[in-house]
Amino acid sequence: MSAQKDGWISSLAFLLFCASSIPKCGSASLQQELSPQHYFSGLEAGKTSLAFFTPSVSPGAQPFLEQIESSAEVLQDYGISVVKVNCPKEDVSRYCGKENALRKAFLFRGNRLIREFPTDALFDVNSIVANVLFALLFNEVKYIETLADLENIENVLKGKSNMVFAYVPATGTAEHRAVMEAAFVYGTIHQFVLTTEAALLKATSHDDPDVSSAWLLFYHCQQVTEPAQPCRRTALAQPLTLLSIHRHLKLMGAPLVTEVAEDPEKISTVHLQLGLPLVFILSQKETYEADRRTAEFVAWQLLGKAGVALLSRDLVDLNVLHRSNVALKTPEEGMPIQYLVLEDTDEVITLVEDKNKVKQIQEDEQEEEEDEDEKENNNQDIQDDQVVEAVSRDKKRELPLEQILVLTEENFHSSLSEAARTVVLFYASWEAVSLAVLCSYSEVAAHLKGALGVLLSRVNCWDWPGLCSQENVTQFPTIKIYKEGQQSVTYDGMWGTEELSSFILLSQVPCPLKLTTVDEAEGYLRGEIPSELSSHHHTSLLGVFSTDTSKAREAFEEAGNILSGHVRMGMYFEDDALALSRKYSVSPPALLLARSGGRSVEGIALSQHSVQDMVQMIRYQLLDIFPEITVSNLPRYLQLRKPFLILFSAGNISQMERKEMLKLAKGRPQQAFVACWLNLKKTPVGHGILRTYFSTTPSLPVLLWVNLHAGGQVFKFPSEQSITEMNILSWLEKLQAGLEIPSSTLSEEDWKPPLPAYDFLQMMEPSVPELSPKSGNTPDPPRIPGGDTARGGGDTASREEPSQESTAEEFGSPGRDLRGTAPRLAARDKQGKRHSEL
Amino acid sequence: MALAVCGTLLGLALYAGGLCTVSGATFLYHDYCVIGAGPAGLQAAYFLQQAGRDYIVFERSHAPGSFFALYPRHRKLISINKQYTGKSNSEFNLRHDWNSLLSHDRRLLFRHYSRDFFPNADTMVRYLEDFASLLKLRVQYNTAIIHVTLEKNEQAWNGHYFLLTDQDRKTYKCSSLLVAAGTWVPNVVNFPGSEYVEGYETVSINPDDFVGQTILILGRGNSAFETAENILGVTNFIHMVSRSRVRLSWATHYVGDLRAINNGLLDTYQLKSLDGLLEGDLEDLAIVKDKKGKLHITLRFYLENRNISAGIDSITLPQDELDNFATRAPYDRVIRCLGWKFDFSIYNRSLRMMPGKGNIKKYPQIKPSYESRSTQGLFVLGTASHSVDFRKSAGGFIHGFRYTTRAVHRLLENRHHGVPWPSTVHPITQLTNSIIKRVNEASGLYQMFSVLADIILLRENATAFEYLEEYPIGVLAELEMQTGRKAGSGLFVIIMEYGKNFSGADKDVFYYNRAVGEAQHAWQSNFLHPVIYYYKRLPTEHEMRLHPPDWPLPRPDAIHHIVEDFLTDWTAPNAHILPLRRFLENCLSTDLRNFFAESCFLFAFTHQKLPPSCQQGYMRMQGLLGSQELLHHAVQAGLLQDYSHTDFSDDRPSESHDGSQEQLMRDHGIPVHPLQHLVNTKDEL
Repeated sequence: MSAQKDGWISSLAFLLFCASSIPKCGSASLQQELSPQHYFSGLEAGKTSLAFFTPSVSPGAQPFLEQIESSAEVLQDYGISVVKVNCPKEDVSRYCGKENALRKAFLFRGNRLIREFPTDALFDVNSIVANVLFALLFNEVKYIETLADLENIENVLKGKSNMVFAYVPATGTAEHRAVMEAAFVYGTIHQFVLTTEAALLKATSHDDPDVSSAWLLFYHCQQVTEPAQPCRRTALAQPLTLLSIHRHLKLMGAPLVTEVAEDPEKISTVHLQLGLPLVFILSQKETYEADRRTAEFVAWQLLGKAGVALLSRDLVDLNVLHRSNVALKTPEEGMPIQYLVLEDTDEVITLVEDKNKVKQIQEDEQEEEEDEDEKENNNQDIQDDQVVEAVSRDKKRELPLEQILVLTEENFHSSLSEAARTVVLFYASWEAVSLAVLCSYSEVAAHLKGALGVLLSRVNCWDWPGLCSQENVTQFPTIKIYKEGQQSVTYDGMWGTEELSSFILLSQVPCPLKLTTVDEAEGYLRGEIPSELSSHHHTSLLGVFSTDTSKAREAFEEAGNILSGHVRMGMYFEDDALALSRKYSVSPPALLLARSGGRSVEGIALSQHSVQDMVQMIRYQLLDIFPEITVSNLPRYLQLRKPFLILFSAGNISQMERKEMLKLAKGRPQQAFVACWLNLKKTPVGHGILRTYFSTTPSLPVLLWVNLHAGGQVFKFPSEQSITEMNILSWLEKLQAGLEIPSSTLSEEDWKPPLPAYDFLQMMEPSVPELSPKSGNTPDPPRIPGGDTARGGGDTASREEPSQESTAEEFGSPGRDLRGTAPRLAARDKQGKRHSEL
Repeated sequence: MALAVCGTLLGLALYAGGLCTVSGATFLYHDYCVIGAGPAGLQAAYFLQQAGRDYIVFERSHAPGSFFALYPRHRKLISINKQYTGKSNSEFNLRHDWNSLLSHDRRLLFRHYSRDFFPNADTMVRYLEDFASLLKLRVQYNTAIIHVTLEKNEQAWNGHYFLLTDQDRKTYKCSSLLVAAGTWVPNVVNFPGSEYVEGYETVSINPDDFVGQTILILGRGNSAFETAENILGVTNFIHMVSRSRVRLSWATHYVGDLRAINNGLLDTYQLKSLDGLLEGDLEDLAIVKDKKGKLHITLRFYLENRNISAGIDSITLPQDELDNFATRAPYDRVIRCLGWKFDFSIYNRSLRMMPGKGNIKKYPQIKPSYESRSTQGLFVLGTASHSVDFRKSAGGFIHGFRYTTRAVHRLLENRHHGVPWPSTVHPITQLTNSIIKRVNEASGLYQMFSVLADIILLRENATAFEYLEEYPIGVLAELEMQTGRKAGSGLFVIIMEYGKNFSGADKDVFYYNRAVGEAQHAWQSNFLHPVIYYYKRLPTEHEMRLHPPDWPLPRPDAIHHIVEDFLTDWTAPNAHILPLRRFLENCLSTDLRNFFAESCFLFAFTHQKLPPSCQQGYMRMQGLLGSQELLHHAVQAGLLQDYSHTDFSDDRPSESHDGSQEQLMRDHGIPVHPLQHLVNTKDEL
């Protein structure tokens, strides 16, 4: 520590030494005693000297001379020689002759007289040095008397150079000398301004200043770009001495924020050299801009007290907590760098201003966090339901609902009878999922515009609860399709535009559709009949029945009712059904299955005759062998409750992969797993899955075995092997044998409440003592007289609480909060707010 | 003996609803007998009729609502008839319709009968006539039940039959007796000189009869003020005397207290315009008449010490001793407006119909289930049942007892016909919605606040729940027995409450900051707001008795207040629904958030368990795919990750993704990097 101090003092001395361009370096001669002639003839141009003339004997000037003598050495440093001229008795020249001239000192530059000082202004070394330099630095140091002068200078300097403004209670003081000495060195760099007017001191400092002590402000005018913008100011906190001023100016000159990209232990800046701490703001690439602003903000706050550096974590391998965001390096050698987690810039400042508090802050913070957890339950007033939040953010957008008829209790039944088919969305205008579906519903309306015979309508159950309960709507949203003279069908598919549109279209045609000729049946299998659906690609199902299989046919029809809207079903039971069945080599009752446009037709014998089994079987038959998994079809495959063998692909899978996987999938008829693939382009959320499994996206394509229903292990097919049926099969064998290590395991966590609720019971307890839990066996305790007043008191106390909180919140300036997310701030602001309009 | 024989015979002939003739007397049998065809009797009849029950209503008058044919004397009802609410929700609108009875017939809404905000009593009579006739209710008019007694019979529903005798000595036999006779016997106070007092029932309503008179009114209820209001302009002055202080309904939230529409006299009293209010016990009063026919107030105490035969001059008047006695001026008339009480006289001693204690002595003693305390099978409906919530809720008024009558009907359906309390079963994902729907529109909860409650019974594992509407919370402990529903896995009780220390006489209900706006201080709400109690198991009767004073229910395991709302519209997503959801989630220890299908998809691949909304929606092919706009909003809110722009060739581990998606989902509120949000602070300088 002391070594360091010495170091910087010597550097100061050296600096002064050089800057003062001492004419006679090294010849630190004392005041010379010369005769007038000798003196005047020896005055060199550009050289400054302070001369005083004394008669041979002048007892009165004795104390003054002593001071002059002792200041000679100091003035020498500034290139000013002090000369004592002995006036011979006979000399009556200008300086020696007059009596009063003998009481003065004269400052000469060259042989030009700059200023004469009465000896009583030069009462000590300080005053001599101060006054001499003051006179000498007439241009460098402006003396002002009014605020207007100060503002003028400030305005002139904006964008050009910085300003040092000093107030000294009087000239000739030690502080005055310190300012002048500093001006001597820095006068060419910064504009110095001096005043002795107390009014100016008051105008420039914040709180009630002490007029008897000096005050120095650094005006950062150089960076000011806007003329209207005032210069930032940094006050010198210490008493004015040459050293403190020098230190201050040096700090002001240092860069505001140093960017570092090396081990903080090795960093040294001017601050550390000057005995000040250095604060590191730990940054990372993602937040660099914000962190830089933070650092600048902190740096301005700490200017003159500590240095601020921005440390990029990405470039330095720091072995510290990820949470840490601030580090502190103190000038003391051997002290380790402290890494801290701070929440507020104020904490950084406190940290520097009172290092002792550091520990306490950290402790307090933890307590505070706990406190907050208890009190505010952190963010529980922030919406964390994605659907509710999305819908409320969408509130301002007006949905295009012109196509959708609004139904009421009055017009419901009459409207239903007007259209052949009416789709009714039952919803509640306050309910988020309802509104999200209404959003898709409006898109459906746009889709189906022109579809004849379909009327889209809606009923707001918040307006018409009687109608909704009459229509047996017990939850929102519900979509029902009403057909003339038939029972309504409730939509039970995905709440999506496409799914809903397709459902509405499909339910336009009877399910199953009765076909009367073989040609029709063939056309149906090709997807040409019915014509309304020809533009939609659905798998077509055709039930073929001979006239004597009425039981199976009834079951099929019943299954058609259940699957209506989801499946395209046809039925053929004419006499020549046999011809049809023979063509596809099945015997009735049978099911013909034409996947995507009838390119291939499969025949399946219908052996089960119960409706449920039939539905089940049809649903199963509609599943693909090697499907592409999407958000909307996953649940169908999950219902099989089998492990997934899933290929994640960046785009479409290659022909080769498809071929191999298909071989694998078809290989065994009753597969023990679902072979499928996922297109990350089409289903980008697949990235989320991969990231959860591997923390990064592995190279694609990647084949995974996911035990979705048992154990939840995820295995990755070795990427170095090519995806072939053989490789996969042998890998699966190894898996089964337990020879592979899972890459990941699905979380087993329960879905707990995301955040705690307000504990009103606990809040009420202080005001309602009777509420405290009673031990089960105690009989009704006798009421204590006066208990009521006690309760009343408790109640008022607790009622005041929120208002106190709110004032506290108001004083804490928002925006300084390091966690200052907008919703949080808003939440804080409104805390304890009550409206009195009720 | 003869009765016993008849009893056994009845046991055989019971369900034929036939006749039983013993020694010349004919018993007409019905399962349910209702006494009184006023609003409550007709309301009960409606529910019995809807359920197809064997019932009869006895009415002493020739038409329904005979009380309203006479009263109020000045014919203005003080129950509001609000025509417009800005809403079409019929259930909600009943909150502001205090006159209609409940029925499925939309013609029978009071607003079709009167356009007056405070309708005329004749309209009520007409309405009740229509109600009885349009709905074809079985009412036997001109039948005054003058005696009710019991007949023990082990086979009867309640171990006894009710035998009712009318004015013609005709006898009726019933298994269950519903007393909806109202309170119609005028309250009379006896004191020396009470013979000079005119009753509200008969006093003239023509103001001309009071010109230039000085009037003393006994009583301080709406009838007293209504009487005063009528003659305020023509009298010298009116004084009102009563034991209790005036209770203003807008200060007490109790509609039976003095309504603003009647309080003109308060104005003239407080402005010193000669009218005045006095407090004193009427029992201590005495009235003496002087020779000029003027009535003087004195105290019973003075009369007791004197010679009865002496004239008026010998009676000490208070002003003789206290020359500034308040009522020293003589009165021309004294009018009694002390309200009515239940007619206890017709019930046989064996029924033990006892008056309540204290301020409910005008009502018979009943249990919170509205059943008589001493006679099983006897239920008291309507105004006479007001002892349950006297000076608290609206059970003594049409807009309250129409719901309690329905509750009684439901109790009876379960008890005698094995029809459990109606309920609906929903998946747990609908829990928040079910509550929000009810607290926003239910009128029974709103009118019968702190008396009727919706009950949510949780099914095992909390995957589904059963919703019961408007159950009387006084008998919460008996819920399983009374409703036929099982409450094994915990329950929520939803009621409406006013702030505990807000209303009441002496309280300034207009003080500053009387309304709470912040959800986290909701428990301090003062105005009517929904409160949800959570019990892990049904409270026992013992626990019910130990409930804290002023609390309708015992200490719950958790409680939630939905913050009061100026518009009584509790549908705000953040202030009302979110805190409710958090409460329910924490009671059930689950996550009740809604998720888009995409999130469920991710969870299905990354979690072994799914949140209820994915389980009951997405997994059953009912996922919410969401429109592009909505998904975009969710991404912007940080509640959904957008993967579509992910550059997957970048293998560098990304810092912000090192937590799982689930972590992100959960911790979304806490910024990943705490310093990054300082962006704006610079502007502060």
